[in-house]
Amino acid sequence: GRAYVQKRITHCRRNSSLLEIQLPPTPSRHRRSNEMHGQPRRPKQPEDDAAAAAKAAKLRELQVQVLHNHHTCTYTEEALGLSFKLLEINPEAYTAWNYRKLALQHNLKELSDPEAIKSSVDAELRVVELALRQNPKSYGAWYHRKWLLNQKLAPVDFKREYGLLDKLLKVDARNFHGWNYRRFLAKFMGVPEEKELQYTMDKISENFSNYSAWHNRSILLSNLLIQRSEGFESKEKIFSEEFELVIQALFTDPGDQSGWFYHLWLLAQTSTPDNPQLISSWPSNGAKLSLFPTRKNGDQNMVSSPSSICCYSLKEGIIPIVLYFNDPVKGLNPSNVKLNSDFVFDKDLQWRPLVITDSGYSNCWATYLEIRNKDCSTSQQFSVEVSIPCSDDIMSRSGSHCNCPVHFTFTVELGNNNDEAHDIDLFHDPISWSSSESFQSHGKPSCVAFDQLNITSALVQEESRWNLDRLSDEIDLFRDLPDENSKFAKLTLARLLLACAAIKSRGSSLIERKGYCEEALGFFSDLINLDPSHKRYYEDERSLVLMDQLTCDMETFMKYCSVQVRSNSATLNHVQLCRLSLTRIGFTERMLWVQMLDLSHNKLRSIEGLEALQQLVCLNISNNQISSFTSLEPLTKIVSLKALDLSFNEIGAHPIDTTRYMCSSPFSHKVERCEAFVECRKKSVNVEEFWDAILFFKSVNLVQLDIKGNAVADKDSFVTVVTTLSPSLKWLDGTCIH
Amino acid sequence: MPGGESHAGQIFCCVGALAITGSLHHIDRDLLGWWLCERQCRDGGLNGRPEKLADVCYSWWVLSSLIIIDRVHWIDKEKLAKFILNCQDKENGGISDRPDNAVDIYHTYFGVAGLSLMEYPGVKPIDPAYALPLDVVNRIFLTKQQ
Repeated sequence: GRAYVQKRITHCRRNSSLLEIQLPPTPSRHRRSNEMHGQPRRPKQPEDDAAAAAKAAKLRELQVQVLHNHHTCTYTEEALGLSFKLLEINPEAYTAWNYRKLALQHNLKELSDPEAIKSSVDAELRVVELALRQNPKSYGAWYHRKWLLNQKLAPVDFKREYGLLDKLLKVDARNFHGWNYRRFLAKFMGVPEEKELQYTMDKISENFSNYSAWHNRSILLSNLLIQRSEGFESKEKIFSEEFELVIQALFTDPGDQSGWFYHLWLLAQTSTPDNPQLISSWPSNGAKLSLFPTRKNGDQNMVSSPSSICCYSLKEGIIPIVLYFNDPVKGLNPSNVKLNSDFVFDKDLQWRPLVITDSGYSNCWATYLEIRNKDCSTSQQFSVEVSIPCSDDIMSRSGSHCNCPVHFTFTVELGNNNDEAHDIDLFHDPISWSSSESFQSHGKPSCVAFDQLNITSALVQEESRWNLDRLSDEIDLFRDLPDENSKFAKLTLARLLLACAAIKSRGSSLIERKGYCEEALGFFSDLINLDPSHKRYYEDERSLVLMDQLTCDMETFMKYCSVQVRSNSATLNHVQLCRLSLTRIGFTERMLWVQMLDLSHNKLRSIEGLEALQQLVCLNISNNQISSFTSLEPLTKIVSLKALDLSFNEIGAHPIDTTRYMCSSPFSHKVERCEAFVECRKKSVNVEEFWDAILFFKSVNLVQLDIKGNAVADKDSFVTVVTTLSPSLKWLDGTCIH
Repeated sequence: MPGGESHAGQIFCCVGALAITGSLHHIDRDLLGWWLCERQCRDGGLNGRPEKLADVCYSWWVLSSLIIIDRVHWIDKEKLAKFILNCQDKENGGISDRPDNAVDIYHTYFGVAGLSLMEYPGVKPIDPAYALPLDVVNRIFLTKQQ
């Protein structure tokens, strides 16, 4: 395999001077075929107006006549001739094409002789050919030809059709109308895929830079594979040959994009969809939840219960359970996610996807146990076992179902009603973001499950969606690419490395991700220099890799973790990821336990991913690049969120909202009637100006908000919106507003 | 159509339709966003598919699609704005498909609309799906709420 490919590359390099001349962009290849494109600018001549008027008059006259004939169903020779004249000048006169269809159907009623019928059809085909000469990209002309063949009035002249296509694709190999028609014709006439594959080979041999030919190749191969429905074995063989072919192209001219896009498609074909698996949960296996694990002992000293986790939602009698899968899945319900406990829960559980879109698929699912602790005079403890047996219902988008049974168990400690715990007020004083103590001093490491999930049943699969060998071969191959400045080579290498990292997703192998991440980060730095126009794409990719690198192993992650102790000794697990130039967030499945998160002083414009953090009480995203309330919709899914620092962002500074259609709003028809709009209108708030702020604040219940340093904060009525919709708000920009 | 080559004009039609029906979850935004941001050529303009020349009308088809899926930051807006402005006929007015070509209403409209999407000063903000001024769309949808 690899040795053979290596030999081919050496051969290509030696012979590259013999290989195809790169055709410079020819005027015809890039000419748009109607008069609105590619017309050189020239100074206006006095004759121009007269010429334009004359042309318009002629066309209008023809149009009027043709429409008249159309409305009166006049299909005489003369009438047809007029429609032909019109279409010859303007093939875009769509009604004239339809008129001709009706004329043909009408006139054929009187013909029974096959020769005569064929003659009529040929005349129509000729009209199309002449129109295409005028505009090879006329939708009306191409469709008319397809319609003619579909009528099956006469045998198709193979030579004529393919002759036309060959001619047109020779003039412009990227004419997608031609390629679409070619695909239609091949199917219509039962031309085998292999033959058409040969044609694409001819086109590619003429010129490697033929995206349309490569694209057609991908369609033909897809068809072939569906037809044969063979096992992975022969699929491997076909794709091996394709890899060879595309690598030849890439090594001949790494600057041309077509091969790189085709290569990307090939990589996607050769990865088999995995069965989705649970990779993280909250609570984690063995966790002990309570409301106030730090107690005063007999000597009034603080004693912390080392393995207990403080779950603040217990105050309201709620325990969230979060499940995180490695692929978006659908179909979780009480019959396939079983809960087993001595404690009787109040109502039927509903598993909800924690995602801002409505697709039904999500990596992250949650349910909320409700605990009514009415008559509890003593403390009690109970355990909950969550188990997911193999289920056909839980499915990923590729149709693979969850086939790895898992279960985990956690315990809950409920204090009695006289417990001081019930007096916890985390917000007696405003949260400060700068004072936290080290993780170790509170003996808390055990509450953080760095391998995400202790699964107490055997893991079924170690197979991965990528073949690590193939990935390694490809990486070695592209490292050898002579062109130092090929951006696509570097991007492909980065992607291959990250595919390798993705394979290392369990337990002790997680730390191996760091090496791949390190190297990928290097490539993204190079790419930012090589391709500055796309700098922010590479920054987004870089941010995800950085988050992976920082959180994949305990030793590294611990440096960013601490504990914040509140005045009443309540504690919050605190993670700080500041000043890292992060532009987006990822790998939040590793942070399901986080109660206080500081992402300040980054370059975040999106916080997608945070919706999974169902223990989050305090969030600091100050000094970032958040530009709208709609982009904060993930926060509306975090029931526990009480303190939010949004200061020094860009909300209200941008007239164009790039998440306008991503969020739930009247514009995406997800919000039909909104009481909050009515309420705000009553207070003279201009709903057209503040609709996004209103939708946000009505969906969160904040106790502390910092918003200074955003243009929206200075607008009249903004404070009215906030205070009207936030009944629990106590601290606004540092001031107590009771 | 199914089996056809990807093209920015077709992409806008699909993305716009999905947007106004609240169905954007069907899109892999990172994949589509990357394919679209690769439409930016060396001259700063946008093309409609790989290995083609830039054309001002793609300032709308590509840009509005990127805005709708929240990936517009993946192109260099300044370079694109410069390209659009270079396509003006500074003597007689109007915008053409590429610099020094003849102007027409189609390209003038899409050039201005593209500048609006990039928050060019002095241009009214436009809705990326409906291609209508934002205040018009807001008024229509939010007045319904009463």
